[in-house]
Amino acid sequence: MRSRLLAVCAACLLSLSGVTAARAQHTHSTVPAAAPARIQSLYVLSAALVDQDGRPVGLDLFRGYPVVISMFYATCPGACPLLIADIQRIEAELSPRERANLRVVLVSLDPERDTPEALQALARARGLDESRWRLLRAPDDTVREIAAALGIKYRRLPDGSFNHSSVITLLDRSGAMQGRLDGIGKLHADLLRRLRAAAASPP
Amino acid sequence: MRAAVLSLALVLAGGSAIAAAPGGMARVGPGSFRPVYAPDSSTSVLDVRAFDLARVPVTNGEFLVFVRSHPEWRRDRVALVFADDGYLRHWAGPLELGPAIEADQPVTHVSWFAAKAYCAAQGQRLPTEAEWELAAAAGDTSADGSAEAGVRERILAWYSRPARARLAAIGQGTANYWGVYDLNALVWEWVLDFNGTLVSGDSRSGASADRMQFCGAGALAAGDKQDYASFMRLAFRGSLEARYTTSALGFRCARDAAP
Repeated sequence: MRSRLLAVCAACLLSLSGVTAARAQHTHSTVPAAAPARIQSLYVLSAALVDQDGRPVGLDLFRGYPVVISMFYATCPGACPLLIADIQRIEAELSPRERANLRVVLVSLDPERDTPEALQALARARGLDESRWRLLRAPDDTVREIAAALGIKYRRLPDGSFNHSSVITLLDRSGAMQGRLDGIGKLHADLLRRLRAAAASPP
Repeated sequence: MRAAVLSLALVLAGGSAIAAAPGGMARVGPGSFRPVYAPDSSTSVLDVRAFDLARVPVTNGEFLVFVRSHPEWRRDRVALVFADDGYLRHWAGPLELGPAIEADQPVTHVSWFAAKAYCAAQGQRLPTEAEWELAAAAGDTSADGSAEAGVRERILAWYSRPARARLAAIGQGTANYWGVYDLNALVWEWVLDFNGTLVSGDSRSGASADRMQFCGAGALAAGDKQDYASFMRLAFRGSLEARYTTSALGFRCARDAAP
């Protein structure tokens, strides 16, 4: 038993180091220099979503801007309001000019109930700047893939609510993941620094 | 691993155990099982609709055919979001298994995204966790292996053995009640909703400790300490991210049962 547990732990460690390595310059010692570089962008996910105005969009709707992306659901009683508040707190730390460059994408975990109307009602109730914030609905399979790519775990409970982890991810202008905040209420300086750097200059 | 398969064959004393590798899909379910991780405190049994599950895991040979026709899944081209640096690392080259790898071994070093794409290319999908666990809960002669003498012991024997460097070929054991091979004695397998495991109670993040306790309580409430293998799988899935690859993690495909 111990051996398999160790294998599990080793898998975590290896994978974590893999992520670190991927964040650094990606190199392949066995691949000729002429090989095409592996795509780093999250936008390689081909996803057909709809925003809170009912407009069809891709996940890359804000390509060219630094983006803060996370997942939530509108009827969430606990963590999601805090998640939105966290992103608003992050925004509040930015200068007006930096803030104007930043975009926010929130993808619903609950496409069944989070219609564009429900998402728009939430956006208005929370006073979100809808010129920069998009609340998106996607088919179940797309939701699963986006969550997987962002490292978000979720499960629909029998009562229709969701258990989910709160992960806030920073994407650069090309959609490459530049930083990740696990859990709510944990605004950290490192992510903020990366964010300011990403949002410092206009697209 | 070979020893595990051999002992499995001996225990079953099935003369037909060593046959040509089986293929195709087996109808599994409908049925129900007791999850070690109950979705809530009032749910102790999960019902699963009938579905079709591949009898054996996907092999290196099959995955090579897929990569050849879908070059975006070559290890030197796959997007970083979809697979880590270990992806298909055991092959000699991007389109070459090499002498150390057998075509009929289960493919490993594959990410969730790659497994999902493979199944989609066959017009199929990954099995859900509930579907997979239902299939794996079967014994040799009944849908609930916990009632059969020796089944749990045999399963646990595999989980207690070190992972071997060299994997056995697929389909060398004996099919379970549903006609499915290798669920408990060859490799770990991806499921569609792997990221629904240990939700927000991820032990590494330290977040939401109450959820973690809830999971533990759920497992204890099931009163089924015998089902340690299921709990091991749960913990393993909880440690995974979709781009991770390991030397002992493969997959098989499923599809909805035709109405």
